[in-house]
Parts: sequence; C-alpha cells; structure tokens
Amino acid sequence: MSDPVLLINVLLLVLAIVAAIAAMWTRNLLGAVMLMGIYSLLLAVEWANLFAMDVSYTEAAVGAGAATILLLTALTRTGSREKEGPKLHWSALITATVTGVVLLYGTSDLPRFGDPQAPATIHVSPQYVTQNVGKVDATETDRLEGDFGDHVPNAVTAVLASYRGYDTLFETAVIFTAGICVILLLRPAAGQARRREDA
Amino acid sequence: MSESVVLRTIGGMLFPYILVYAFYVQMHGEIGPGGGFQAGVLVASAFILHAFLFGKAATDRLLPRWLVDLTMCLGVLLYIGVGIVGLVQGSYFLDYSVLDPAHPAHAEALGITLVEAGVGLTVASVILTMVRKVNGELE
Repeated sequence: MSDPVLLINVLLLVLAIVAAIAAMWTRNLLGAVMLMGIYSLLLAVEWANLFAMDVSYTEAAVGAGAATILLLTALTRTGSREKEGPKLHWSALITATVTGVVLLYGTSDLPRFGDPQAPATIHVSPQYVTQNVGKVDATETDRLEGDFGDHVPNAVTAVLASYRGYDTLFETAVIFTAGICVILLLRPAAGQARRREDA
Repeated sequence: MSESVVLRTIGGMLFPYILVYAFYVQMHGEIGPGGGFQAGVLVASAFILHAFLFGKAATDRLLPRWLVDLTMCLGVLLYIGVGIVGLVQGSYFLDYSVLDPAHPAHAEALGITLVEAGVGLTVASVILTMVRKVNGELE
C-alpha cells in the first residue's frame, strides 16, 4: 500500500461505492441526484488517475453535468420524496450480486493492471501511438511542413473518427434519434399549442 | 430564473468563458483530450446555465429553438456529407484522404476535424433540446 497512486485509486473507489449506496438508500430524491453527480465526479477523477483523459472528460461532462441537470429538471415535475415502500428488493439484490460475482470472476482472466506484456498493449496499440495520423501515414513532405495539420496525436480521436468512423457516425445518429424522440414525445398536444398561441 | 444578483452576475461572467472552453475542447480534440461529444455537452451546459439564470425567454432570444433544431440535423448531415464526398470521388464511404489527395494525412486531419464538428453540433443541440423539453415550464 505504499504506492500513492494505488492509495488514491482505492480511496476514490471506496468513496464512489459509498456515494452509490447512499444514493440508493436515501428517500430524498434531490439528495439522490446530487449523490449520483458526486459518484460520477469521483469516477471522472478515477479515470483521470488512470490516464484515461477522454473518458474522464466525458464522465465529468455527461455523467456529472448533463445527466444531473436532466434529472434535476425532471425532479421539478415530480415530487422530491420517494414513495414509501420496501427498502430492500430481494430479487434485485440477488440479480445484482450474481452479476457482480460473474463480472469479478471474469476479471480473474484479465492481465494484471498495467502489465506491459498484456495483449492490449503489445498488439495494435503501438501502431496507434507511434503513427502521426489516423490510418494514413504522413508523407515526408507533410512532415516537413511542420504544422499540426498532419497530426492527430490523440490516438483516441484517431481511433474514434478514423478507424471507427462508422461507429461514431452511428453513435451520432443514435443521439440524433434520441433528440428527435424527445421532441416528438414532449411536444405540446395540438389543443395545448393552440391555447398557447391564443394567450 | 434566478433572483440572486450574485448568481446572475457570476453566471453571466462565466457564460462566455464556458463557450470559449467548449470551442477549445472541440478544436483541440485531435491533439489533446476532448472532441465533439465533450464540447457539445459543454456548449449545451453553457446555455442551460443561461436559461437557469436569466429565464427561458432570454435564452430563446439568444438561441432560437428553430436554430437548435436546424443544427441538430446539420451536425449529422455534415458527418454523412464528409462520408459521401469519399463516395463521389470514387473511393469508399468516409475515406478522408480524398479531401486533399496530394496530402492524404492533411486530408485525414481535416476530415476528422469536420466530423468532430458534426458530432459537436448534434450533441450540443440534442442535450439542449432534451433539457428544454423536459424542463418546459422552467422560469
């Protein structure tokens, strides 16, 4: 436990678990939303600690930011107290526990954390990291021109937009579809719209 | 709409800085961490902050809803458009190198920038639309 990075990892994960359990336990929905925001922010710091900066960014922006705001605005339309009921749902607890155990069992096959000989670090990663730009090797003239136009040094972006351009296109299409659905579902009813125009 | 002078003043000062930071995350995505998704959420959060502080009507004046609906579609169309340029030029869909055949690496960086801009536009518009719709009666 002398490794400070490991110590911070453990601390962050313990805090995240505490926040998650507290979010489930509280009957105050506003508090639960805030605790989920804290949970996301702790995970974002944890990702940053693991040098997964792009994931960390997304977790902080989407998990702690946008999702929290969305849930808060939803709360303004509902009550802020959870309705009384059994605190413990045994079937849910058993399902979650079994899934967790299976996942933990699955991780026993994974290479050790940070193992330099892991397939993920020796197979394609070196190519992503060393080349200048997505799939196309920068030609000598491009390199000589020297500006960063011939570089996509962030391997994550190169993989996302170049190697997996179709994936990202369809992810964008999914988000677009979600937006269209929200517009369609939450549009004011015909009569309501007319009343608003009158007013 | 917030009654607190402190919140409105500080929030009003922060608003442009959030937008500039979002622009930085968007344009810098291929060099450092970040990209369209993150920048889109940042832009949306700037306008959500604006709506919370100055009210729905003020945000609607600043950024009309039809414009948000338009940029939502434009983002996806920009992404698909970059892909179709590849097809038209006789290569495969989303082949960035056709954008500048003499310098394929430049072209790929340009293509990635355009595609990320499309992602950013769509994500920002969708998140903003979601919060605006769910929050219909916000004042």
